[in-house]
Amino acid sequence: MSVIFMNYRSRDLVAPLWRSLAGGPLNTVLTLASVLMLALILPPLIHWAITDAVFSGTQEECRAASGACWAFLRAKARFILFAFYPGEHLWRPILVIVTLLGLMLASALPRLWGPALILAWPVTLALVWALMAGGTWTGGILARVSLNDWGGLPVTLLVWSTCMAFAFPAAVLLALARASDMGGLRLIAVTYIEVMRAIPMVAILYFAMLILPLALPQGVILDKLIRSTIMVALFWTAYLAEVVRGGLQTVGPGQAEAAQSLGLGYWRIMQLVVLPQALRQVIPGLVNLGIGFLLATSLLAVIGAFDLLNTARASTTDTQWLGFYDEAYAFAALIYFLLCYGGSRYSRWLETRLRRR
Amino acid sequence: MSNERLFGRTLRGLAAAAALAATALPATAGGTLDAIKERGVIKVGVGTTPGFFSPDSEGKWQGFFIDYGRALSIAVFNEDGKVEFTNSSPQQRLPALQAGEFDILLSGVTVTINRAFNLGFHFGPTVFYDGQGILARKELGVTSAAELDGAVIGVQSGTTGELNIADFFRKSGHEFTPVTIEDTSEFIAALESGRVDAITQDSSDLVGKLQQLKTPDDYVLLPERLSKEPLAPAIKAGDDQWLEIVNWTVYATIQAEEWGITSANVDEFLKSEDPAIQRFLGVDPSLAEAIGFRPDWAYKIIRTVGNYGEIYERHLTPLGWKRGYNDIWTNGGLLYSPPFR
Repeated sequence: MSVIFMNYRSRDLVAPLWRSLAGGPLNTVLTLASVLMLALILPPLIHWAITDAVFSGTQEECRAASGACWAFLRAKARFILFAFYPGEHLWRPILVIVTLLGLMLASALPRLWGPALILAWPVTLALVWALMAGGTWTGGILARVSLNDWGGLPVTLLVWSTCMAFAFPAAVLLALARASDMGGLRLIAVTYIEVMRAIPMVAILYFAMLILPLALPQGVILDKLIRSTIMVALFWTAYLAEVVRGGLQTVGPGQAEAAQSLGLGYWRIMQLVVLPQALRQVIPGLVNLGIGFLLATSLLAVIGAFDLLNTARASTTDTQWLGFYDEAYAFAALIYFLLCYGGSRYSRWLETRLRRR
Repeated sequence: MSNERLFGRTLRGLAAAAALAATALPATAGGTLDAIKERGVIKVGVGTTPGFFSPDSEGKWQGFFIDYGRALSIAVFNEDGKVEFTNSSPQQRLPALQAGEFDILLSGVTVTINRAFNLGFHFGPTVFYDGQGILARKELGVTSAAELDGAVIGVQSGTTGELNIADFFRKSGHEFTPVTIEDTSEFIAALESGRVDAITQDSSDLVGKLQQLKTPDDYVLLPERLSKEPLAPAIKAGDDQWLEIVNWTVYATIQAEEWGITSANVDEFLKSEDPAIQRFLGVDPSLAEAIGFRPDWAYKIIRTVGNYGEIYERHLTPLGWKRGYNDIWTNGGLLYSPPFR
């Protein structure tokens, strides 16, 4: 029984696989080239990552070996993931990571899309910021942890999710303003979007770092992490607004006119008729931008904030574990890859699901 | 340190504008100490260079400059650890200091006349004499930079180091081929793969690089220094009281080394008959009372972080640093403390 089953399955699988690997001269050449590449890359990679690697031990043992120093990651994973956050309170950033990933996962499921989810975002974000900060934010129950000590993965996720939570609704409003027939409003929206899109994100971060403090009243000091979060949120708004506008353009004017003839007001028309159709059209584009933004948070390093990539870099400067760049960056790359690959698989799944409707 | 990229230059323009705008605001003469005491913590800007300032596995800052932050905490609060270290990139650290984000930069800022006059910073005593050096492959057979001819040298693009090495070879009349490398972490790979014969950077960075090479014995740090990089604590201009606290905290570590007072033997020195040492350690409290310090402030600094030599040997000697210029004047170095009296 199982043999028959296997035969049936394998014939079903192998034939198309064989066709795509060796069907036609071009495919054959590409397959051979790929195999050759793998043969060149894989053995040294396996030697480096596994057979010659040091999995536990000291810096000296690592230097003596020719392979990767995974012992370095054992010692440094705590710093790369959580930076300076005090050891006895590590459960807080861990809980923040779990909560934020949970929130993202929940937002990924179309059947949960609704008012509850929209409310869940600001509430959850307020809670995780308070959990990270402690002190008066939690009524003094948790010890205060200075923003200065935050870093690593929770900061990457916090900045990303906070900026997205602000930028997305703001972008919808901005896109509506740009598509509206009120000239003044449209001009403001167009100016804002075009100016923001003409500035590189690094310049925005330097603005947050250098110029913004001068605009604040004397004595008021906002932490650079908060300043850059504000500026990045404003920056992303412009990009998201353009994607949303693209969606708005796919909804024909007849839709709004029909709704108007039913006696609906502007906001009801947008909420019930136009936006649901428009946003559905651009979900893949929004997810794509979201993934790009997650990677862009690594630019926070230029202002000295300790996002995940910067903690990985800083972990290589410890005199106890000097200069294990490959291992540190491989670790950071793996985390970014898991997050982004998850996002892109989700985007593809969502696209087919929405097309089926 | 001189890692200021060309990109950084446009930012320095921005920084100068920021500084100008800041000085246009009402000057806050003094007050740093009061602000620190009210806040309960000293805000210190630092960089990330092995040995000088780097986070350890537990997420605590360690390093030569970090210990000076701790010494300041003892001078101001009479206890260790009341310091908040914040990483600050070379491009944004001076504007951040100007904007009042830090009370002091212990991030290896090079003292220059432009920074003192035009940018509005004051500098404490030089705690580390650095300079651009050349790390060369031994098989070239050279013992000084003057003998380098036709060498391929890796330089970081857009840095003052790139200009310094060009000047140096123009003066010596020799040929060299620069290979510009954007990220200094690639220097090691370039040396090991034989793409370059030598690399040039601040020698503080080169010593760290030497440790990371697979076969450090095959390379030599040439004795010449192509530039002067005196690294000192930097504060915003206009607060003499704070500057003097910084000055004498540094001097205390230098003076203690001159007298041979270490964290291990400081208690024995409490019994010293020398009136100068009695004044220094607060056995005779008259000096401390006259200047408004606690009598045991220097004692506590030495007891907790040690003298200059101990700080140096704790963080820099393991990386292969010789004392060189950074030795007490009585040993032929440049470190000299004014008298405590």
